[in-house]
Amino acid sequence: MADTLTPVHPLRAWADAFAGLPDGLRISAEPLTAAADLRLDPSTPVAADVADLLGAAVPTTPNTWVATTRGRIVWLGPDEWLVRSDDHTPHELAELLRGVGAAAVDVSAQRTELRLGGPLVRELLALGCSLDLHPSAFPPGSCAQTTVGQVGVVLLATDDAFHVLVRPSFAGHLADWLLDATVEFTPEPGRVS
Amino acid sequence: MRTPAGGRIDRSVTLRFTFDGREYTGHPGDTLASALLANGVHRIGTSVNLGRPRGIVGAWSDDPAGLVQVEEPFPEPMLLATTVELTDGLVARGLPGRGRLADVPDTARYDRRHAHCDVLVIGAGPAGLDAALDAARRGGRVVLVDDRPEAGGSRPTGEEAGILAALPEVLHLQRTTAFGLYDDGFVLALERRTDHLGADAPRNRSRQRVHRIRAKHVVVATGAHERPIVFEDNDRPGIMLAGAAREFLHRYGVLAGQRIVVFTSDDAAHGAAADLAAAGASVTLLDARPAAPAIPGVEVRPGVLVTGTEGDDHVTHAVLADGERLPCDLLLVSGGWNPTAHLFSHARGALRYDAALGAFVPGGELDGLTVVGAAAGPPVPNRLVLWRTPGDPGKQFVDIARDATVADIARSVGAGMRSVEHIKRYTTIGTAHDQGKSSGVVASGIAAELLGVPVGSLGTTTFRPPYTPVAFAALAGRDRGRLFDPERTTALHPWHVEAGAVFEDVGQWKRPRYYPRPGESMDAAVLRECAAVRTGVGILDGCTLGKIDVQGPDAGVLLDRIYTNVMSSLAVGRVRYGVMCGVDGMVIDDGTVLRLAEDRFMVVTTTGGAAKVLDWMEEWLQTEWPGLRVHLASVTEQWAVFPVVGPRSRDVVAAVLPDLDVSAAAFPFMAWRDTTVDGVPVRVARISFSGELAFEVNVSSWYADGLWRRLLAAGKPCGITPYGTETMHVLRAEKGYPIIGQDTDGTVTPHDLGLAWAVSKKKVDFLGKRSFARPSNLDPLRKQLVGLLPVDARTRLPEGSQIIEAGDVRDGVLPAPPVPMLGHVTSSYHSVELGRPFALALMKAGRARIGDVVHVPVDGTLVPVEVAGSVLVDPEGTRRDG
Repeated sequence: MADTLTPVHPLRAWADAFAGLPDGLRISAEPLTAAADLRLDPSTPVAADVADLLGAAVPTTPNTWVATTRGRIVWLGPDEWLVRSDDHTPHELAELLRGVGAAAVDVSAQRTELRLGGPLVRELLALGCSLDLHPSAFPPGSCAQTTVGQVGVVLLATDDAFHVLVRPSFAGHLADWLLDATVEFTPEPGRVS
Repeated sequence: MRTPAGGRIDRSVTLRFTFDGREYTGHPGDTLASALLANGVHRIGTSVNLGRPRGIVGAWSDDPAGLVQVEEPFPEPMLLATTVELTDGLVARGLPGRGRLADVPDTARYDRRHAHCDVLVIGAGPAGLDAALDAARRGGRVVLVDDRPEAGGSRPTGEEAGILAALPEVLHLQRTTAFGLYDDGFVLALERRTDHLGADAPRNRSRQRVHRIRAKHVVVATGAHERPIVFEDNDRPGIMLAGAAREFLHRYGVLAGQRIVVFTSDDAAHGAAADLAAAGASVTLLDARPAAPAIPGVEVRPGVLVTGTEGDDHVTHAVLADGERLPCDLLLVSGGWNPTAHLFSHARGALRYDAALGAFVPGGELDGLTVVGAAAGPPVPNRLVLWRTPGDPGKQFVDIARDATVADIARSVGAGMRSVEHIKRYTTIGTAHDQGKSSGVVASGIAAELLGVPVGSLGTTTFRPPYTPVAFAALAGRDRGRLFDPERTTALHPWHVEAGAVFEDVGQWKRPRYYPRPGESMDAAVLRECAAVRTGVGILDGCTLGKIDVQGPDAGVLLDRIYTNVMSSLAVGRVRYGVMCGVDGMVIDDGTVLRLAEDRFMVVTTTGGAAKVLDWMEEWLQTEWPGLRVHLASVTEQWAVFPVVGPRSRDVVAAVLPDLDVSAAAFPFMAWRDTTVDGVPVRVARISFSGELAFEVNVSSWYADGLWRRLLAAGKPCGITPYGTETMHVLRAEKGYPIIGQDTDGTVTPHDLGLAWAVSKKKVDFLGKRSFARPSNLDPLRKQLVGLLPVDARTRLPEGSQIIEAGDVRDGVLPAPPVPMLGHVTSSYHSVELGRPFALALMKAGRARIGDVVHVPVDGTLVPVEVAGSVLVDPEGTRRDG
């Protein structure tokens, strides 16, 4: 019998490519994290119970996310959020949320997360994302369901980076697309750029 | 010839280039056109239909004639010599109207970029620079685009760019043409980023970039285009717009002629004449107006018309109305100026004829758009509007690029056309690379004269994007090659690649079709995989199946309305097959439903139907039944699914999942059970798409690779065989299970498929129910799913083959068309189990004809086939429990 079952990151094979990026751009695959799709009416008492559970209330401002003790709550719609937590196993997180009366589904493996950082990151994203990502229009704490290249993603702005949540089946294509986009910022040796 | 000084060129550097096989030199800052004129070359090519010599008419993208094919550094057809920036080693040749595309792949990169701003200014002439500076100083985010290499409009000084560069939040792009303006301040602009760098161009930089700009406000500062006056033989090389000659002088230090005749009806050309005279040329100005102001150093002759020209490859004389032949080596023409109102017109802004200005100008206001500078009205009033002079209309060229003449306009008017849009399409005027920048309004003027109506009431054609030609490569950007369309892969993809799978595209998914052994054909591999599943055990990657979590107190109510059969009566722990129909009663998807809890189900859809079914359910939930307390969530990629299939599957699953009781008594068909392995939750469902004993193993896709390998290791003693979609298709077809989208086409009801048992007669309503009572759905001649067995037991019928009545065939020959068709073959395979080929088909009244022999034409011969039931393997269902 094989060793204990271990999770495999969908972008495991891209780690070396991400390590060789030009100055000004950093791309990394974030560790796998428990996540749940949460549905509730934010005006009901269930919302308060969920807030107690997660350490933060669900954000009701469209296209924003809030930090929890060790995770995030991402607004996806007026009654829908994506909860990510490092404090729970995938199974636990959805069960706990259902336990207080919310509708919740384990979607830990439904999306994988990339972190895009560095001073050129907005330039990089501008090559494939039609949203205005200027700090005045998309400040830290913003999120959006949008596309990068041809891939549907959830995009989050943090203080120093953008996080991209993508379905694992599309993650390889998105990673290839991003790496191809970085060519623009990778001068050939001995040539002016 | 080159002037001793002046122009925005770098005379300290000499560039070598080749045109039509001859070597020349020029300087940085030159265009191919200016460098050719500096070398005395006027003739560029020949015209597309008439083969007449043609030269340079304009100085930039308005030039209708100077088309070249660039050969080096990379072949590209149909470029204007006036817009090709000179680089060292450039090789080009003049075109006879058409060029050729490169026959080698283009290795340059192309891309697109999104930009957002408060104010987008298009055009960096004086008016545009003012607008950009003003917006930037007020703190706005500004994008300024200009199609020239340098800001400053027709008289750049080189100082403007620096002022803007010092301001934050300004994106200033030269060599960038705004080619389309769309609703809500959305503008497309093409930036040419590397060609001007020649061999020094960094290969990592995209050659061209399409900027997709979203602006709160757009300022159009695109200037004006000069228009000619039409006369006989007005297309010879050496006949040029007056402003173009002035621009060649000031921008490039090129005097395009020594002995110059200027023909005008307007003051604007007087400035050109004065400048050219000051630069040392002998200039005669012929003004159509009865009186004209004097110009120092220029002979001005008022009240004179040019009615013709002489010269073969180059103009030698201007011929005047009284027959006088005036020698010249450059004949300049100016009939006034038209505002460059193209982008205003893209935004559906109407143009209005201003009789005082003698031009079509932007009329009315558009939200979020301002037109400034010469684009709002010509810089100098066109005091005498003169479209053409007397002469042979067949030799008076209106659109030089299209060889279209006044005679062509007369012909269109004679044919009854009264709309300038019809005249444009009939004559092709304004449809060439330049989109009629110099010819469109002139064509309106001449047509109005011929029709005897005011030009203002005839109007001008609507401008449409693109303003200048845009290469498809630029529009495609990086969406080519492997980035053309996303390839979706499952968590097992690396394993499949390693195992040598041949992949099949299923939507965007890459699915293993079969796993050939070295040297094995597809047919052999599929037969081997089928045999393994029917006699031993096989395993399939089913991760792509759509999965939807349905939870809430009304989950059962929703599913009862969506599916044709009853789902709310399903017991927790059990699985039911279900069919979904559109409102027309036609099957749109099928699959299984697992009841996870009283208030929770998991819906499994087809791979191709995953997104569509979720959207379908959400649409009904949100728009028709918002009162239902149900939430839907896609979990397609949450769950990896591996059907472990075959008589030995129980042994394999038992070995890997020791905590699960897999006995037939404890774990019946169409039930599901939860278990764990190493603490990881695993859900197993006894669902069969092959008729064999089967366990569908579901696990979080994080653990897909690990669990898949474990099942393979455990199955090794039984010879576990990974199988692909082709084998899956054969196995299900042997059982008569339809594939929605292959055996159906949107005109097929559940009853047609033999699935009447899955259509509830008790439910009050469900999607599609009403349609089942329509007469056409009760027609006994509807096509029904049946099996077909070729009588020779050898021929594999091509999918899509037609079925015809045996009685229509005489002596083995098809009757004359039309031949009545009974239906067609939807699936066809070779069955290792049956030892023969078989097919599924949709056939009129098919079920009533089981046992009949009909014919299928295949490659010119008629193959007799016996109609059979659709379930050909194990019709009693004895195998499903192992």
